[in-house]
Amino acid sequence: MSAAQTETMAMGKAINAALADSLEEDPSIILSGEDIGQLGGVFRVTDGLQDRFGKDRVLDSPLAESAIVGTAVGMTYAGLRPVVEIQFDGFIYPAFDQIVAQVAKLQYRTGGLHRMPITIRVPFGGHIGSVEHHSESPEAYFAHTAGLRVVTASSSQEAYSTLRAAIKSDDPVLFFEPKAKYWSKGEVDRTVVRDLETAAVLQSGRDVTLATYGPTVELAMGAAAAAADEGIEIEVIDLRSISPLDVDTVAASVRRTGRLVVAHESQAECGIGSELITSICETAFTSLEAAPERVTGYDIPYPPAAWEGEFLPGVDRLLDAVDRTLGRKNSRDFMRGGAAA
Amino acid sequence: MSITTSTTEQLADEFDSPARLLTAEGVRVRHEILDEHVADLDLQQLADLYTDMVLVRRFDTEAFSLTRQGELALWPPLLGQEAAQVGSARALEDRDWSFGSYREHALPILRGVDIDRWLKVWKTTSNTAWDPHEHNIGLNQIIIGAQTLHAVGYAMGAQFKQDDSCSIAYFGDGATTEGDVSEAMVFASTYNAPVVFFCQNNGYAISEPTSVQAKHVLARRASGFDIPAYRVDGNDILAVLAATRLAMHRARTGHGPSFIEAVTYRMGPHTTTDDPSRYRENDEVESWKERDPLLRVERFLESEGFNVEQLRADAKTNADALAKQLRAGAIAIQPDPAEQMFDNVYSSPHARIERQRAEYKAFAASYEKAAS
Repeated sequence: MSAAQTETMAMGKAINAALADSLEEDPSIILSGEDIGQLGGVFRVTDGLQDRFGKDRVLDSPLAESAIVGTAVGMTYAGLRPVVEIQFDGFIYPAFDQIVAQVAKLQYRTGGLHRMPITIRVPFGGHIGSVEHHSESPEAYFAHTAGLRVVTASSSQEAYSTLRAAIKSDDPVLFFEPKAKYWSKGEVDRTVVRDLETAAVLQSGRDVTLATYGPTVELAMGAAAAAADEGIEIEVIDLRSISPLDVDTVAASVRRTGRLVVAHESQAECGIGSELITSICETAFTSLEAAPERVTGYDIPYPPAAWEGEFLPGVDRLLDAVDRTLGRKNSRDFMRGGAAA
Repeated sequence: MSITTSTTEQLADEFDSPARLLTAEGVRVRHEILDEHVADLDLQQLADLYTDMVLVRRFDTEAFSLTRQGELALWPPLLGQEAAQVGSARALEDRDWSFGSYREHALPILRGVDIDRWLKVWKTTSNTAWDPHEHNIGLNQIIIGAQTLHAVGYAMGAQFKQDDSCSIAYFGDGATTEGDVSEAMVFASTYNAPVVFFCQNNGYAISEPTSVQAKHVLARRASGFDIPAYRVDGNDILAVLAATRLAMHRARTGHGPSFIEAVTYRMGPHTTTDDPSRYRENDEVESWKERDPLLRVERFLESEGFNVEQLRADAKTNADALAKQLRAGAIAIQPDPAEQMFDNVYSSPHARIERQRAEYKAFAASYEKAAS
């Protein structure tokens, strides 16, 4: 094999490349979703794929999310490997029954006699200033369901390699694409192979572990850079897989740092942070030197987007949580009547 | 071949009374469109269909009894729907896939699934009734209407692969109101998918009569999706066979989906836990006994001079043997080790599940040790 070559691609282009390379490689792969053909998707992520691979492999589906997923289930019986797109995070709920009661359970129901090689692509998350139902983070609903794999990506490289792995998997995979990052450029080496269950330590640090995924990873890196200016070392972990969570990698980090902050855009209650912190308490409790902290969207419906900057985790809120784990002055000091001393 | 689908007038005529080839009295009546689809059928072949129905009925009643006797956990009886299920099943090629609901017992019997394995589902020791790929039957679905999308997806896939197989979606009157069924018809129509929507209108969705689901005949729903529809007497195996053959032929020759409403009646309860006396009169049930799907075939064969006495005796011998096998199999089922509940959630071992399996085994072992 020749030396690996990298290309600079926006994340949306990297996803497009992963879809194109998959379609090229495996004739049993078929794409289905609303507006993904002629238009190339509302984010143009599937741009050009219908022209290149034909209308029978890149389907402009009717507007019916349950049917997009349900017909994909049927296609697997005919030996196909469907990759479907749900146009926006907040539009996935009509397909919830097919995903949770069928896609997730059919391998179990058939005792492994039938596989479910379906990839469900879902643009998710905020920071795009849009109206209701266009900025949600519903990943925890699916992480709660046995039989599904739930993954996301934080960069063009991760998006390319993880989507390739998702499409190759015989398990059903929900691939959550951080839509605010679609236009962020990065280097992509198409020979890089990813699995669907390990986290990555993006930056080492000895003071606090900051674990997050998808759109919040870049903020975590920003927080780490800012903290470094004050002499605080943050170890940044990109979880990559939301289900299963790579608890081992996070626990190993916490054993070094003694402190943990988990961040995500979705709400706190019964969220990924709750699960990860519980798992760390179960496995690395004696290493903890401070209570683990969460930085999440508040437990309210996604607010009008003019407020999303306050609702979503930002660098300052991440640093505030880091300060809490370190016992430094922080925003909570202002909660007990009056300003901090 | 002409197909009555093009105009509303024709649909209205067709739907006023269900199409029929064999009356309840056992009289063969002519039908302009359906006749040619059973023209090849001789008396012996009709007798074979009768034998199939006897077999299916015996299986069903035996499973029902076993449930009442505590040997199975639950059973949804098909009693009364033998013609609808056998007639449609016999119109399929082996390569055609079927996606049905929990009451569809006939096709698995006719395609020879392993009964002992199947019954584990109804004894709650397994979820896996059969290997879908061995018999080309998706596992019977409990979520109402969900399987219609799978049937359409299969048909889209078969069309894409040009492999000449079609699919049939079995569902009931209650399912016609589910969103998935409407979505399935949209996809089938716009992709011209080779699929047959086979609706058994058995009068009730548990306790709710069909009138709760629709103010019109169910077959009329299909016209909104531009899907040709047939409404047949579901207790007339000849009409069901003919209509399903017609619909499968359309699918196989590139004419896309069809919808069949087989008007039948659920003679028994919804399941063994149901009490129909709370929502329907006995007179109604009695009136359907005279429209029994087996009786009319006997009457017709008799009028044709066929030795029905012998047929009945032979069919009973076959059916009794099946019932005996069923009973022995059901009683013998024992649960497998509970550790197997962790198997096959994913296609390969999964760290979290394997950890819980280990925790479960340790707990079970410690409990046994403490108890001994």
